[in-house]
Amino acid sequence: MKEPVMPGAIPNPLRSELDRRLPRIAGPSVLVLFGVTGDLARKKLLPAIYDLANRGMLPPGFGLVGFARRDWADQDFAAEAHQAVREHARTPFREDVWRQLSEGLRFVAGELHDDAAFDELARTVRQLDADRGTGGNYAFYLSLPPKLFPTVVKQLKRSNLAESEAAAWRRVVIEKPFGHDLQSARELNAVVDDVFPPHSVFRIDHYLGKETVQNIMALRFANTLFEPLWNRNYVDHVQITMAEDIGVGGRAGYYDGIGAARDVIQNHLLQLLALVAMEEPVTFSADAIRAEKEKVLSAVELPAELESGTARGQYAPGWQGGEHVKGYLAEEGIPDDSTTETYAAMKLGVSSRRWAGVPFYLRTGKRLGRRVTEVALVFQRAPHQVFNSTDVEDLGQNALVLRIQPDEGVTLRFGSKVPGAAMEVRDVTMDFAYGQSFTESSPEAYERLILDVLIGDPPLFPRQEEVELSWRILDPVEEFWAKQGRPEQYDSGSWGPRSGHELLARDGRQWRRP
Amino acid sequence: MTLYLPRTTTSEITEALTAERHSIGGGALNMVLTLIVVTDEADHYDAVRAATEAGREHPSRILALIRRDPGSEPSIDAEIRRPGTAGPGEAILLRLYGALGDHPGSVVTPLLVPDSPVVAWWPGVGPQHPAADPVGRLAHRRITDALRAADPVGDLLGRIRNYEPGDTDLTWTRLTPWRSLLASTMDQPVGWVESAEVAGEPDYPSADLLAAWLSDQLEVRVERKYSDGPGITGARLITEQGDISLQRKDGRVATLARFDQPVQSVALARRRASESLAEELRRLDADEIYERTAKHMAAFLDRREEPA
Repeated sequence: MKEPVMPGAIPNPLRSELDRRLPRIAGPSVLVLFGVTGDLARKKLLPAIYDLANRGMLPPGFGLVGFARRDWADQDFAAEAHQAVREHARTPFREDVWRQLSEGLRFVAGELHDDAAFDELARTVRQLDADRGTGGNYAFYLSLPPKLFPTVVKQLKRSNLAESEAAAWRRVVIEKPFGHDLQSARELNAVVDDVFPPHSVFRIDHYLGKETVQNIMALRFANTLFEPLWNRNYVDHVQITMAEDIGVGGRAGYYDGIGAARDVIQNHLLQLLALVAMEEPVTFSADAIRAEKEKVLSAVELPAELESGTARGQYAPGWQGGEHVKGYLAEEGIPDDSTTETYAAMKLGVSSRRWAGVPFYLRTGKRLGRRVTEVALVFQRAPHQVFNSTDVEDLGQNALVLRIQPDEGVTLRFGSKVPGAAMEVRDVTMDFAYGQSFTESSPEAYERLILDVLIGDPPLFPRQEEVELSWRILDPVEEFWAKQGRPEQYDSGSWGPRSGHELLARDGRQWRRP
Repeated sequence: MTLYLPRTTTSEITEALTAERHSIGGGALNMVLTLIVVTDEADHYDAVRAATEAGREHPSRILALIRRDPGSEPSIDAEIRRPGTAGPGEAILLRLYGALGDHPGSVVTPLLVPDSPVVAWWPGVGPQHPAADPVGRLAHRRITDALRAADPVGDLLGRIRNYEPGDTDLTWTRLTPWRSLLASTMDQPVGWVESAEVAGEPDYPSADLLAAWLSDQLEVRVERKYSDGPGITGARLITEQGDISLQRKDGRVATLARFDQPVQSVALARRRASESLAEELRRLDADEIYERTAKHMAAFLDRREEPA
């Protein structure tokens, strides 16, 4: 029976957990976007905001304020946003939805160090509260290089935008990189922490918003089939790969001196490792999941010898995708003697009863064979074969592959008899493809993450502790590499340098060809 | 690619489907459900198109049952639209001739995707007792659309009397945007709701369902007002602090007026069949809120029709 409700009270009497048709809708709020003229804003953030509106997940009282160093009026910003939405949104364009959204669009022009511009910003959001009923709830999205964070955060504090009245909230969203080592990550956090309490800080790792990444937990903890195998008794080793086919391109200025490990392993790959290796959380709440991730990240150990347990490389000129491409050192904006790695691989261990002795091989790189991100659990061979060794010659190790992108899905590899009179066993693939079926309407990672920020739902955002733990893992490797001189060159379009292959060959294993 | 199998049998259809899979080689059966569309020659084009569009979100095997001349010899004409022709799922159009039209279950049974849920959809006038229907009996979820009947409210009321878990009606699905917007206005404190109003076309069951939902959830009296439409034109919550009013005159954009906030316009477009169908396919368990609301509505309308 229904319990007596008091209308107007919390919980909302019109919502019921049985009523699963009603979507989660953000409350009245303003999203302030710094760096609105950037690529990310144009290609991902603005389209994602439109898609949310189109799916009916933004409230009528919603405002979007752009802040940038352009001499724009509100209409100019609206025109730019319109263009971005038209080009990049995933859902069909609907004039009515756009009109609703554009009524809440505002633009503030100015420099980040300009007090007057922030006073104008403060006036603008408060005016939106009055005009649109946005309720004094503001989220600040800093789509900016981290070196600008201190300026913005101080300005927000100075202009009284950081403190909220009564029930209203303030949230700040920051994008990776969260520093370039432990020290700088702490400094960066201190800057933000000084003004915003930890629960108001949302660190976006857009990988965690991907359906396939969220599916890792569903796959592991909702099924009975996989969890019994998910340990050292059955798993031989784990490979986590994120390969890009592009070069450093327009990111040269940012990339040089950072390198593949800081750019990808510290955040995306270690987060994937945490999700794959963690124990089952007590509940599906943000705190419980983060607690498990932190536990497993603190149990990660580096190889005893960094020399043989890691590998790095730089792409050399070569042929890729039907065209000749430049080597890293020849890219525009890269010094000739750069020692920045564009390929990084390492062998990590997890000291726990579940994983003791199971190596986790991580690799990432630019200008590799193709663009792919996947996690592969490679299982041990059967301890005893009743079949002749010639019969099972073609049989590899069983593997469960979680394909994160671009062809999202799950693959299971196992042996099967080849039809015919002879007994011959060969690998076959069982395949679940997500991508092709769901791409059209499954939400983009940024959509999910922006909605979570506006609702205030934190499970998909890493906490500062996780960031620091990842740097703790990576820092010794970076220090070691810094002393090693120049990285090895590898051909563009190949699967990385020789040392990367040797890393596994030494253990009698080899990389999967994804 | 479309394959035509005139005067065929279900085993020939199954063989054709299997041969298809073998010729592609490997590949998993990605279909998450079987959607049976019970329709006629006039309706089937739009219905299959809506089902195919919904199939982008839910890859499914669509079985369209089209009843033809009941007087002729029993036989089946099949038309197989392969995966990739129109979305990730496959569609099989089955034209049933003669007495076979009375036994659609026998045609459908061998063609259901193994182990996965079955959904039946009547885009036109649906049966009064869906769970007892020869096709409905096979389905986990039965979707009807009272709006297509000559007397929509009466049609829905009749079906509510025969409700069984798994039944649902598109007049309820079309309401979700309204309900979601109204629910979000009450996410902020509003004080006691004293009464409410719902305005819409007469003979428009969605409006009655909305009134019933508000009255059931808020435990207040809800007045049902009549307007020229299209569809539902407004809803008003009268609270002790003031009114919350959502008005939509043109079927596209609504204005939301709330006692403590400026008036806003909200895109609130009427939904297309494919959108409603996609929502229905998202959850395949019994919709308890629909059951409660529909029964509440039936009780309310019955009371009203009794002479005072």
